[in-house]
Amino acid sequence: MRSRSDAAAELDAIEERAIEERAIEERAPPLLSLRGVTKVYGQGDAAVHALRGVDIEIEAGEFVSIQGTSGSGKSTMMNIIGCLDAATAGEYRMEGELVSELPPDVLAALRNSRIGFIFQGFNLLRRTSSAANVELPLIYAGVPRIERTRKAYAALAAVGLAGRERATSSELSGGQQQRVAIARALVNDPELILADEPTGNLDSRTSAEIMDILTALNRERGITIVMVTHDQEIADYADRHVFFHDGQIRSDTRDRDRVGVERRAPEERRA
Amino acid sequence: MNLITSLGLAVSALLRNRMRSLLTTLGVVIGVAAVIVMQAMGAGTTELVTAEISSFGSNMLVVVPGGDGGMFGGSLLSAPLFSDADLEAITRECDAVRYVSASGTRSVRVVKGEKSHSTTLSGVSPAYFAIREWSTDAGRALNEDDERQAAKRCVIGHTVATELFGGQDPLDQEFRLHDFTCTVVGVAEAKGTSAFGMDQDDLVFLPHSTFNRRILGDTKIGSIIISTVSAERTDEAIQQLQSLMRQRRRIRPGDEDDFRVRDMREVQEMLGNVTGVLTTLLAGVAAISLIVGGIGIMNIMLVSVTERTREIGVRMAVGARSRDILQQFLIEAMVLSSLGGLLGVLIGTGLSVVVSRALELPLMLPFKAMLIAFAFSLLVGVIFGVFPARKAARLRPIEALRYE
Ligand SMILES: Nc1ncnc2c1ncn2[C@@H]1O[C@H](COP(=O)(O)OP(=O)(O)OP(=O)(O)O)[C@@H](O)[C@H]1O
Ligand SMILES: [Mg+2]
Repeated sequence: MRSRSDAAAELDAIEERAIEERAIEERAPPLLSLRGVTKVYGQGDAAVHALRGVDIEIEAGEFVSIQGTSGSGKSTMMNIIGCLDAATAGEYRMEGELVSELPPDVLAALRNSRIGFIFQGFNLLRRTSSAANVELPLIYAGVPRIERTRKAYAALAAVGLAGRERATSSELSGGQQQRVAIARALVNDPELILADEPTGNLDSRTSAEIMDILTALNRERGITIVMVTHDQEIADYADRHVFFHDGQIRSDTRDRDRVGVERRAPEERRA
Repeated sequence: MNLITSLGLAVSALLRNRMRSLLTTLGVVIGVAAVIVMQAMGAGTTELVTAEISSFGSNMLVVVPGGDGGMFGGSLLSAPLFSDADLEAITRECDAVRYVSASGTRSVRVVKGEKSHSTTLSGVSPAYFAIREWSTDAGRALNEDDERQAAKRCVIGHTVATELFGGQDPLDQEFRLHDFTCTVVGVAEAKGTSAFGMDQDDLVFLPHSTFNRRILGDTKIGSIIISTVSAERTDEAIQQLQSLMRQRRRIRPGDEDDFRVRDMREVQEMLGNVTGVLTTLLAGVAAISLIVGGIGIMNIMLVSVTERTREIGVRMAVGARSRDILQQFLIEAMVLSSLGGLLGVLIGTGLSVVVSRALELPLMLPFKAMLIAFAFSLLVGVIFGVFPARKAARLRPIEALRYE
C-alpha cells in the first residue's frame, strides 16, 4: 500500500519535471550536450572502457580546454563530438538534435559545414598545395571552383599565410602547416572547431602564435573551440577548463573574469 | 562533388605518382596495342589475299570431282575424274565459257648436271595462260603444237630457272624431269611470294598431254579450269557447267552432284573465314592481356587505397561522403585505364604502320577495333576499379584517420 505522502511527493516530482522541461524548452538548447556517454573499445576481456559516462554541455561561443592524463579518454570524446566516431551508449545532441541517430551522409554534411578539425599531426594531404588543402571542405560543400579559390586564399590570409598558397606541406614549417590546417578548419565557416593537441608538435613560440589565431577566431568570430592539451600554458588561453580522469570528467571550471559564473564540477553537483 | 572536380582530383592524384601511374597502365597499353596490331594484320592479310585472288581473274572457275564435301570431301576418291571429251563438250556447249584448260599437279625433282631441285609440276592446256592472265618474261608460253605433240617442252618459273641454270639464259636449255629430258621454251612472268608465303615462281608447266602420258600414265583430267566470257556471266557459266556435267556424268534428277564448280568468290570467302578465325583468336588473346592489365590496375589501386587511408580519413573528416570517396577512386581507375587505352591506340597504330610495312601488307587501320578496344579499356577500369573504390568508401572515418 502506498501512503498519501508518497503520492503527493510523486505529484510534486511530476510538476517539478514539467517546470524543468518548460524551462529547457524556453532556453535554446546548448550547442553540444553529452549525457551519460560511454565508449568501449573491443569486447570481453579485451574491452577498454575509454569513456565511463561523460556529461557535459558546451554553449555556443565557449573556448574549452580539455586536459587529463594520457589514456583518460580526451581524444575519444573529441572524436564523438566531431561525429567521427559513435558512442557505445548515452546521448550526444547537437543543438538538441540526437546525433547518434543520423545517417553517415548527414554526419558527413555536419562535419563539412559546422565543424572544423585541427589535429596534432596537421593531417595535410601530401604533395598538395596549401590552397588545395584548404579548398578540401569546399569541394565537398559543392562550392564552384573560382569561389573555392577565393575563399581558400582569404582563409590562408587570415592565418597569416598570404603568398604561400602554392607551397606544399614539405615546403612549410610545422607552425605554417598547422596554420594551413586552421585555414582548412575555418574555410567553410564552422560554428565549432575541435583541436586535439594542436600545439603538440610545435615549439612554445610557434604554439603561442597558433593560440593567438585560435583565440582571435573565438573572440572575433564567436567560433566555439574545444581544445585538448597537455600544456597548462596553452590551456590558459581557454575560458573553461575540463579535466578528464579515467574516462570521466573530474572537474569543469570557468574563468570567473570572462564568464562570471563558476560552475561546479559534476561530481560536486551530484554529491 | 561534380564530375569535372572529381576528374581534376583524379588527374592530380595520378600526376603525383607519374612513374607508377604510367607503369600501371602498361598492361592495358599492351593489351589495346595488341588488339589493334592483330586486327590491322588480319585486315591487311585479308586485303592482300583478296587482291591476290582477284588477280587470278575474278571470272575464273574450277571444276573438281567430288561432292558437296568439297575438295577434301569423302566422295572425292570414288568420284570419276574428267576426260578430254569433257573439255571438248564444255568448249562446244557452254557459251558463257571463254577458255577451258585441263590441270593436273604433282611434285617432282628436276635435275641439271650436279644441280637438283624439288618443285611443283603442273600439266596444263595452252589456254591456261590466258585464263590466269599469265604471260612469260622470256620465250613463249605452251601452245597447241606442244599439246598436240605431247612435246617434252616446258615453261619454268624464275626460281626453277635460277636453281637449275644459275645466271645462264635457260631458254632452249635441257634438264631432266622425272624420267625424261625436257626443253625450256619459256620463263613464266614473275609473281613473287603469295599471301600464304608460297613461292609462286617455283614451278614447271608441261603440256597436259605430256603430263598425262609421261607422268600419270593415264588420260584422265584431275581438274578443269575455266574462264567465263565476263564477270557478269559467272553465275550463268556455273549453271551451264553444272547441267552439262550432270548430263555427261549421268546423274539422275534428285541425286547429288559428284563434282563441284568452284568459284573464286567462294575461295575468297573461305580464306576470309580462315583469316577471320585467326583474327578472332588473336583478338581473344589480346583481350585476355587487357584483362590482365585491368588486374594490374586493380592491384595498384588497392595499394593506393591502403597508402592513402589517412588521406581518405582527412577527406571524410572535412565532409566527404562515402560516395564521394567511391567516385574519386573509381574515376582514378578509369582515368588510368583510359589513359592506357589511349596510349595503346597510339602505339598500336604506330606498330601497325611499322609491321605492315615490314611484312609488305597493305595498311588497314582497324578504326572499329580501336574504338572497341578503347571502350573496353574504360570498362576494364570500371570493373577492376569498383573493388578498391568500395574498399576505400567503406572505411570508417575515425579508423581511416588513425591509420598508421
Ligand atoms: N581504436 C582503439 N581501440 C582500442 N582501444 C582504444 C582505441 N582508441 C583508444 N583506445 C583506448 O581508449 C583509451 C582512451 O584513449 P584516448 O585516445 O581517448 O586517450 P587520450 O586521453 O586522448 O590520451 P592521450 O593524451 O595520450 O592522447 C586508452 O586506454 C586507449 O588505449
Ligand atoms: Mg589523445
